[in-house]
Amino acid sequence: MAPLEELEWAFARYRADARFRADLGALLSTYGGRPTPITETPRLSESAGGARIVLKREDLLHTGAHKLNNCLGQVLLAKRMGKTRVVAETGAGQHGVATAAAAARLGIPCVVYMGAVDMERQSPNVSRIRLLGAEVVPVDSGSRTLKDAINEAMRDWIENVATTHYVLGSALGPHPYPAIVRHFQSIIGREARAQFRRLAGRDPHAAVACVGGGSNAIGLFSAYLDTAVSLHGVEAGGRGRRPGDHAARFAGGAVGVLHGTRTMLLQDADGQVLPTHSISAGLDYPAVGPEHAYLASTGRVRYHRVSDRQAVHAFRLLARTEGILPALESAHAVAFAVRLARTMSKRSWILVNLSGRGDKDLEIVENSGG
Amino acid sequence: MTASRIAAAFELAAGERRSAFIGYLTAGDPAAGGTLALARSLDRAGADVLELGVPFSDPIADGPVLQRSAERSLAAGTNLPAVWRLARAIRRESATPLVLFSYLNPLLRRGLERSAAEAKAAGFDAVLVTDLPPEEAGEIQPLLRSAFLDTVFLVSPTSSVERMRSAARLSSGFLYVVSRAGTTGARDFLPPTLPATIVRARRARSGGRLPIAVGFGISTPAAALAAGRLADGVVVGSALVAAAETGGRAAFETLSRRLAAACRRATPPRTGGRP
Repeated sequence: MAPLEELEWAFARYRADARFRADLGALLSTYGGRPTPITETPRLSESAGGARIVLKREDLLHTGAHKLNNCLGQVLLAKRMGKTRVVAETGAGQHGVATAAAAARLGIPCVVYMGAVDMERQSPNVSRIRLLGAEVVPVDSGSRTLKDAINEAMRDWIENVATTHYVLGSALGPHPYPAIVRHFQSIIGREARAQFRRLAGRDPHAAVACVGGGSNAIGLFSAYLDTAVSLHGVEAGGRGRRPGDHAARFAGGAVGVLHGTRTMLLQDADGQVLPTHSISAGLDYPAVGPEHAYLASTGRVRYHRVSDRQAVHAFRLLARTEGILPALESAHAVAFAVRLARTMSKRSWILVNLSGRGDKDLEIVENSGG
Repeated sequence: MTASRIAAAFELAAGERRSAFIGYLTAGDPAAGGTLALARSLDRAGADVLELGVPFSDPIADGPVLQRSAERSLAAGTNLPAVWRLARAIRRESATPLVLFSYLNPLLRRGLERSAAEAKAAGFDAVLVTDLPPEEAGEIQPLLRSAFLDTVFLVSPTSSVERMRSAARLSSGFLYVVSRAGTTGARDFLPPTLPATIVRARRARSGGRLPIAVGFGISTPAAALAAGRLADGVVVGSALVAAAETGGRAAFETLSRRLAAACRRATPPRTGGRP
C-alpha cells in the first residue's frame, strides 16, 4: 500500500506539472509520432454495407500500438520519482516493446515478464524487446499467459519497491493504476474527437474499441462519456462459450478480486481464476479494468464478444480492402464495427480505435486457414 | 467473552518467557490426509498456533514454494468445504488455535458471512486475508468479528505509522509483521531493518497488549531464534512446506522440532504485553 500511496502522490503532483507535461508532450510528438491520423475506410465500409467506418490509427504510433502513450508517461514519472529501474508485464508483447523503447529512450534499465505461452506465440516481440535492451523473463507458473506475467511483475515490484517502478500496461490493478493509465491514454480520445469533428462536422454515432484490460478503449471512450455517442467494447469470444475457451468477462464472469482490483472476473464456483483463451494474446486476460465494469453496470458502454474466427476474418478483410494489417486485438473491434455498420444507415458514422498493427500476428493468421 | 484460543496461546508463551511458534501449511497439500499428518507433526513438535492456507490460483504474495504448494492442492481439488473438513479433523484431536489464511476472492465467491460462519463452525479461531489491506477492510472485518473470529492484518517495513495503527486497531489475536518487502519464501538471513520495524509496530498498538508475530522469509532455527527475541511469535511457512516437499514427513517433523526448540529458547522483550 505504501508504494501505491507514493505513486498516487507523485502522479497527482506531476500530472499538473507544466514541465512534466511539456516533456511528455515533446516525447509523444517528436519520438512517438503523435498526433496519429484518423482514416476513412470507403472500401471496408462498402463491403460492410451500412455506416461509414473511420479508424483512429494508433497502429501508426511508434512501436506499433497505443501502449507507448502510457509507457512514455509512466517511465517519465518513474524518473521523476527517482526510480532507477522499471519492470513490466506483457501479453501480446506490445506493452513490453513500448516499455522497453521508453526505457531505452529515457535511459533506465527494464525487465519485462512474459508468459511462456505468449513468448512462443508472439516471438517477434520477444526479439524486439531484447534488441531494445530490456531483459525478458519467462513466466512458467499458472496458465503461463498475461495474468501470470502480472503476478510475477507484482512480486518483483513488492520486493524491489525502493528502486523500482512497475509500469502496468492496462487500465487495471490497484488504485491509482487504472486512473494513471486512463490519463495517459486519454490523448487517443481527445485527438480523435477533434479530428473527427473536422472530418464530419459532428461526433460519430458510435465508437468501438477492443477490451483486454481496457486501456485503448478507456482512452477513446473518455472523450465521449458525457456525450450521446453510443460506446461499444469488444471482448475476446475465443473459440466457444465454455469456461476456459474465451475471455468474455461480461458474458461469463462474476464480481471478484484479482490483482488488487474488484471487477468482473472469470472464475469458477470456488473463486479460483479460470484459464482464458483468445487468438489474440492481448485480450487473453480473466479480469477487465474496473472502470469498464462500472461503465457496464451503468449501461453507458455496451460490451460484445467477437470470436477468434471472426477476428481473423476482419483482419483479412481490412488488409484486402484498405491495405492495413491490424493487430488481432484491434481486428476484434473491426469485426464488431462491421457487424454494427450493417444495422445503421449510410449516413451514420462509426469510429473504431485501431489500437495496434498486425505484423506480430502474421504467423498466427497464416496458420489459421480461412 | 472469554479470551480467544489465540490470545490464550500467546499468553501461555509469554508466561513461559518464550516466543510462540506458528507453523503454516497449505490445506490439501499433500492431499487432505497428508496435511492432517503434517498438522499432527507440528502439534507434537509443540507449535502454539497453526495457520492453514486456502490455495488460490493467483497467489501474488507468495514465492515459488507456496505457489507450487497451492498448485498441487488445487490440482487435488481443494476448495473451502475441503478446508472445513480438514479443520474439523484437526480439531477432533487437537486444541491448537487455527488461523485461516486466504486470499480474498475464494471467501468473496462463497460469501463472506457464510465463509466466516463455516470457518468458525469448522474450528477456526482467526482469519488472515492476505490481499485485504486495512483501508479496504471496513465492511469485511466486522463481519468476521461478528462470527467470533479473530482478525489478523499484515504490516510491512514500508507501512506508515498510520497504516500500522489502523492494522493494529483492526487486528485481534495478533498483529502480523512481514519481515521484509517481498513475497513469502525462505531467505538466508533476517533483514537488518527488522528490529526497527517491530518497534514501530509495537508503538502502533493503542492498548499495548496485542501480541506481535513476525513472518515471511524465516527459514532456519537460527533465524527463528533471532526473530523470537524480537517478537512474541514467529511464523514459518515456506521452509516447512519445502521440507515436506523434498524430504517428506520425516524432514518436516525434524525441522518442526528444531524450530519449536528455537522459539522456546527465544525470550521476547518484556514490552510484549503490559499485563
